[in-house]
Amino acid sequence: MTMTTKGGSVPTPKVDLQGVIKRFGDLQVLNGIDLQISSGEVCCLIGPSGSGKSTLLRMVNGLLLTDEGRVYVDGTLMGFREEGNDLIGITSPQLARQRRNIGMVFQRFNLFPHLTALDNVTIGPIKLLQMNRKKAENKAQELLAQVGLSARASYYPNELSGGQQQRIAIARALAMDPSVMLFDEPTSALDPELVGEVLSVIKSLAADGMTMLVVTHEISFAREVADTVVFMDQGKIVEKGPPEQILTRPQSGRTQDFLARATEAR
Amino acid sequence: MTADIQESVQTGQTDKRKPPPRGKMTYVAIAVVTIGLLGLAQDVVTNPNFGWRVVAQYVFSGYILKGLTLTIALTVLVMLLGTLGGLVIAMMRISNSVFLKIVANCYINLFRGIPLLIQVLFWFNIAALFPNIRIGIPFGPTFSELDTNMLVTPFIAAVIALTLNEIAYMAEIIRGGLLGVDSGQYEAAEALGMPPRMTLNVILPQAIRIIIPPTANQLITTFKNTALVSVIGLADLLHSAQIVYAINYQTIPLLITASLWYLLLSSLLNWLQSVLEKRYSKGFQPRTNRRKPSTDKTPEETLV
Repeated sequence: MTMTTKGGSVPTPKVDLQGVIKRFGDLQVLNGIDLQISSGEVCCLIGPSGSGKSTLLRMVNGLLLTDEGRVYVDGTLMGFREEGNDLIGITSPQLARQRRNIGMVFQRFNLFPHLTALDNVTIGPIKLLQMNRKKAENKAQELLAQVGLSARASYYPNELSGGQQQRIAIARALAMDPSVMLFDEPTSALDPELVGEVLSVIKSLAADGMTMLVVTHEISFAREVADTVVFMDQGKIVEKGPPEQILTRPQSGRTQDFLARATEAR
Repeated sequence: MTADIQESVQTGQTDKRKPPPRGKMTYVAIAVVTIGLLGLAQDVVTNPNFGWRVVAQYVFSGYILKGLTLTIALTVLVMLLGTLGGLVIAMMRISNSVFLKIVANCYINLFRGIPLLIQVLFWFNIAALFPNIRIGIPFGPTFSELDTNMLVTPFIAAVIALTLNEIAYMAEIIRGGLLGVDSGQYEAAEALGMPPRMTLNVILPQAIRIIIPPTANQLITTFKNTALVSVIGLADLLHSAQIVYAINYQTIPLLITASLWYLLLSSLLNWLQSVLEKRYSKGFQPRTNRRKPSTDKTPEETLV
């Protein structure tokens, strides 16, 4: 539609947040966020709880809409259409359409409990992409194999462990062929021994070149997988850069404090 | 029990467990209730005014059964229409539109706030308010005009009054069910890219589990509330009994006859409710007819 030609020859970033401000009532949760993620980049968001990481993630796929500033994904403005200098809100079905190529994985998995693992993965392609059932199921089987759960296709979520549920949730998001994946603390609700299996699935996605934005408390995982680490505090980006810089030689005192506490807790 | 015995075997002692002694008040209560019930039983059997012979004579009579059929038909119709309408009002209440929310709130407030008996009487007498029903465009042309009394028979009046009331109650029950589903489910559906209508398709099956118990309860209430239509001369179960005792003056025996049917069907619905509740809670527990997922992983599940 209105592909804004920003910067001419510079390639459009996959995800582009420009001066994003979000308020919940009187509380300003995001105080002007600028962040660009290019294609194939893995960006890990770290920071204390309440710093606005999860809110930021929900602005990217329009689960929350900006109060000020703009969010572009693949060059498309999320949640609004531009008319001159004004932004006009789009309808819910239009917004739903915008979300279809953005995958999201939640802290508490949020699988549909009345559907089997297979049906959880096929529901998106069948209902939203009008894919025929046979094709959708073949694809779902491939994805379940990719997350190592072929044998669990006919199981209901409550029959599976947290780690298995989260891997199904990743398969569900991948089934929509997303161009960006968002992870909201994907391992925070897991027993420690189940964290590894989920992180290794995310790592393999990173290796395949998936563009990802990951909110995480796993510092060592961020060090290993991230191209960029962003440290947030009080609704602002305090520091961002490659992991070795942010995690090993942080410039800001707040980052240093946070990392000291985060590693201490391990 | 067996655990107790096993333990006592282990320790080599026999210590039988007994409940603590009952309090004095319990014995008093047992005595009072027993004496009361015996007295009542004696009266029920010996007092001729109960008229058990009359009850036996009428309980399966065609007249009473016809009334019962109407009561059941009314209940089913009102419940079906009320549930559909309730779903619409519930969705309006949880929608993002302030306008729809206000309309739904006003509706619920209005129909829950006026005694059902008055609503029944009102719809029965609607012709006094609108002698003719005009089908057309407001301030515009009229396509058709009908005599209200022809259109709104006592049965239609009863259905309208009970349904409008039912919608208000069902709307609240359904809304409760929809709000009872974890908000993460809404987020997951939305994040997949589902439009609102499809999101509801995912949420509703989960909400049913929460909606069923209060709905069954509401069904029993509605079933009994249909007795109110006797005031507008509709020959339901109660009114049929009333017509009979107006002739033979056997008021108590015929009220007992009607009550027996109300009680029997209410008990049946009660039982049905507990069956449904069990069934729908099962969907959210691991099924027993399948082996539990093993904690040790099959080779293919171990990630490389």
